[in-house]
Amino acid sequence: MDQLDKRIINYLQQGFPICASPYRQIAETLGIGEAELLTRLETLLADGILSRFGPLFHAEQMGGALTLAAIKVPEQRFEEVTEIVNAFPEVAHNYARNHALNMWFVLATEHREQVASVIADIEQQTGLSVYNMPKISEYYVGLQLEA
Amino acid sequence: MIDDLDYQLLAAVQQGLPIVARPYLKIAEQLGLDEQQVIERLARLKKLALIKRWGVVVKHRQLGYRANAMIVIKVPMSLIDSIAAKICQHSFVNLCYQRPQQGERWPYNLYCMIHGKDRDTVLQQWNQLQQACELSQYRSEILFSRRCFKQRGAIYHPKP
Repeated sequence: MDQLDKRIINYLQQGFPICASPYRQIAETLGIGEAELLTRLETLLADGILSRFGPLFHAEQMGGALTLAAIKVPEQRFEEVTEIVNAFPEVAHNYARNHALNMWFVLATEHREQVASVIADIEQQTGLSVYNMPKISEYYVGLQLEA
Repeated sequence: MIDDLDYQLLAAVQQGLPIVARPYLKIAEQLGLDEQQVIERLARLKKLALIKRWGVVVKHRQLGYRANAMIVIKVPMSLIDSIAAKICQHSFVNLCYQRPQQGERWPYNLYCMIHGKDRDTVLQQWNQLQQACELSQYRSEILFSRRCFKQRGAIYHPKP
């Protein structure tokens, strides 16, 4: 990844135009050719530096729900419980964290009412209690990471 | 307000936009629409906030952001909005949410995330945040991630 790749990543995190030739518009802003931008984007995706390129949906506006959940998993059961939890398609992210409450995951469901049933299923399959912490207010989301 | 075609369009773009000179034309061809219809519909879906943001999803670990900290703080409910507003003025804070307390077993109500290149930097930033926002008086914890098992965007299936 060179300086130009970094500029491309930083610029694209600010948004993407919805117009007939969006890549050409970005390329012009960055002062490079459209073909070069397309090639570099393909490489960044192939190398796994960018995971996806497109829209991020607003779960609640789509009729769905998002929640943050956590489980206190006994260390010796960690692998087993990870497998159970990750097998649920509604689990979008799952992180191990350094705390007694050591497994933190985001559930994204298509319909609001599914959150409770997915949590109940996870509790039943793991035998562990799930802490459910849906957001009450969103004060700030600015997940732009300078490359 | 949202019709079947909108759902088909959302389904078509959710895996990612084609990397070709006319990406919306390519999607239009897949759906039997014309390019201008695709552009107008996507712009409308964005305006309606069904599409929250349009851009790239970076893998933060790949960019060298290896220290991902979730900070949880128990603040008085009467002050939560003003404390959150102060926290959000710091550019190193990536996310800030209010979430429900879980009684004494988990009494925290304010959450913020810091993605940093290394743990020491994040700890310094947390220190700075505590001083600037007078947070030391509240109970708090910082939870670093050890491993990321799964990271994907939420996937939606179009309604029939």
